[in-house]
Amino acid sequence: MEVRVQNVRKEFDRFPALHDVSLDIKSGELIALLGPSGSGKTTLLRLIAGLERPTAGKIFFGQEDASEKSVQERNIGFVFQHYALFRHMTILENVSFGLEVRPRATRPSKAEIRRRALELLDLVQLSGLEKRYPSQLSGGQRQRVALARALAIEPGVLLLDEPFGALDAQVRRELRKWLREIHDRTGHTTVFVTHDQEEALELADRLCVMSQGKIEQVGTPDTVYDQPQSPFVFGFIGESSALPVNIERGDIWLGDRPIGISSPEASGAARLFFRPHDIELVEGDAALSGVVASSRRVGGTRRVELDIGGAARRVEIDLPFDHPAGERSQISFRPKRWKLFPPTDQPPLS
Amino acid sequence: MAAKSHARRQTSPTNEPLYVRWLLVIVGLLFMALFIVLPVVAVFSEALRQGIGVYFQSLMQPDALSAIRLTLLVAVIAVPLNVVFGVAASWAIAKFEFKGKAFLTTLIDLPFSVSPVISGLVYVLLFGSGSVLGPWLRSYNIEILFAVPGIVLATIFVTFPFVARELIPLMQDQGSGDEEAALSLGASGWQTFWRVTLPNIKWGLLYGVLLCNARAMGEFGAVAVVSGKIRGQTTTMPLQVEMFYNEYQSTAAFALASLLALLALVTLVLKTALEWRFGDELAATGRGH
Repeated sequence: MEVRVQNVRKEFDRFPALHDVSLDIKSGELIALLGPSGSGKTTLLRLIAGLERPTAGKIFFGQEDASEKSVQERNIGFVFQHYALFRHMTILENVSFGLEVRPRATRPSKAEIRRRALELLDLVQLSGLEKRYPSQLSGGQRQRVALARALAIEPGVLLLDEPFGALDAQVRRELRKWLREIHDRTGHTTVFVTHDQEEALELADRLCVMSQGKIEQVGTPDTVYDQPQSPFVFGFIGESSALPVNIERGDIWLGDRPIGISSPEASGAARLFFRPHDIELVEGDAALSGVVASSRRVGGTRRVELDIGGAARRVEIDLPFDHPAGERSQISFRPKRWKLFPPTDQPPLS
Repeated sequence: MAAKSHARRQTSPTNEPLYVRWLLVIVGLLFMALFIVLPVVAVFSEALRQGIGVYFQSLMQPDALSAIRLTLLVAVIAVPLNVVFGVAASWAIAKFEFKGKAFLTTLIDLPFSVSPVISGLVYVLLFGSGSVLGPWLRSYNIEILFAVPGIVLATIFVTFPFVARELIPLMQDQGSGDEEAALSLGASGWQTFWRVTLPNIKWGLLYGVLLCNARAMGEFGAVAVVSGKIRGQTTTMPLQVEMFYNEYQSTAAFALASLLALLALVTLVLKTALEWRFGDELAATGRGH
């Protein structure tokens, strides 16, 4: 089902959590709400679920205005970070709950409920554990039960709040892959909240990057990574370094020297963003040149920290781990791909 | 030397020398014996001093029987009402944010911090002959003071905190995640309460009910003020104990007192039995102590 969030604002005790947010979620897609804590991503998810009411704005499910509907009427599946399984019920009872509480007219028969719950437990690969209690399962298993429980009511939209946040790295990676498979099989429109960019980039069809109650950028993982639209996105997704530069007659200068790249933008101060791996080493003066401050090997690459210029500005670049330049004390390079943003009073993101 | 230092390392840093441990244990036990076991034993031995026949005889006299009946009646009314109030209040405090929440929380503790005598006097002021409410109710033939309704009211007031106090920390600890999950699965508020909230708090609730009941039956101060001590009509067990005692009927006094003590013991045994039988489940539903 399509979900349309239209100019939604949310305040908690006059404190704004979301400012005028609009977002179109396509039917059947897997979209990630990504942002640091306090960015409003969980608030947006809970607004879609109906667990919170917007201060202003509307939320549409398909063509229908769902803003005034209660959480029960919205027919959503919600998966909580800490599972929120009913601890006094067995796994089977947990998964059956959503069907058991239906009014008699729409409630399936006992046998049918059982059949469907067992089928879902099979889908989440927990067959044979239906008689256990939540406390007898591992974290990863509990989260899979929570997903089966949410799927049992055949929701129009599946909403997941940091679904893997409470799990360790190994389990998290497995469940990520597995969630993608389940999504591809069942085709539910799925929205999940995460602060983990790696998780979002790997799992989602589209990302919605949020910061301070606003949406910064929406797009496919490739678009967001390759063409960040704001300094925040550049800094938050992937790694990046930023330098305060000046544009003079099309050339970009750092302090009193040109750095060998040019821009058609108007003259004036700006901030230059680039990623550590998008650089080329060069000889000569027209380049960024810095003194090696630290150098460590991370897997197949060498991460070098450079002090640029006299003002002790620090940037990071990646070299192949066996590159001879890794031994030098002074390195000159040029960014291959970069982006300019207007200057701010704040210190540059690193 | 090496063996000794190895042995030392095995003792935990919080362990005290043997004599300190024994000293603490003995002091504890002595205190218990002197201030708790001895009085209980004294009550029972005094009650049974003239034989079991006299014991039952003194319990069977009309005044004693009427006191027992009244105490049971008061408990039967006060405890269920406090369960409803307590669950509602702790639900509101634990699951919602609203103005005056801190004030309400403090207010719930009021009966604990106010002397029971004063609690009783409040009702005298409210329903006495000098008040507005008292004469008005009397014109409709409703007696509050020096009658059963007054005793029930005073008991409800004094025992109000037990259920709420037990449930508030428990419910706050559990948060509202389970309830939100139930609602998102389509359950109504009522279904959520019966199927999710109540099972989560049932053990805490049971503790609260046991303690509330024990206090409801044993309350003396507040009830003494509002009851008027009309023999055979408005005397509860604790009041009757005092009356017997003042009339030098010490066997009857102690016999009735032994029933109250028995009630306390049964409560304790039930509580311990619950803890023992359902220890795992208690831990699972997030009850720390």
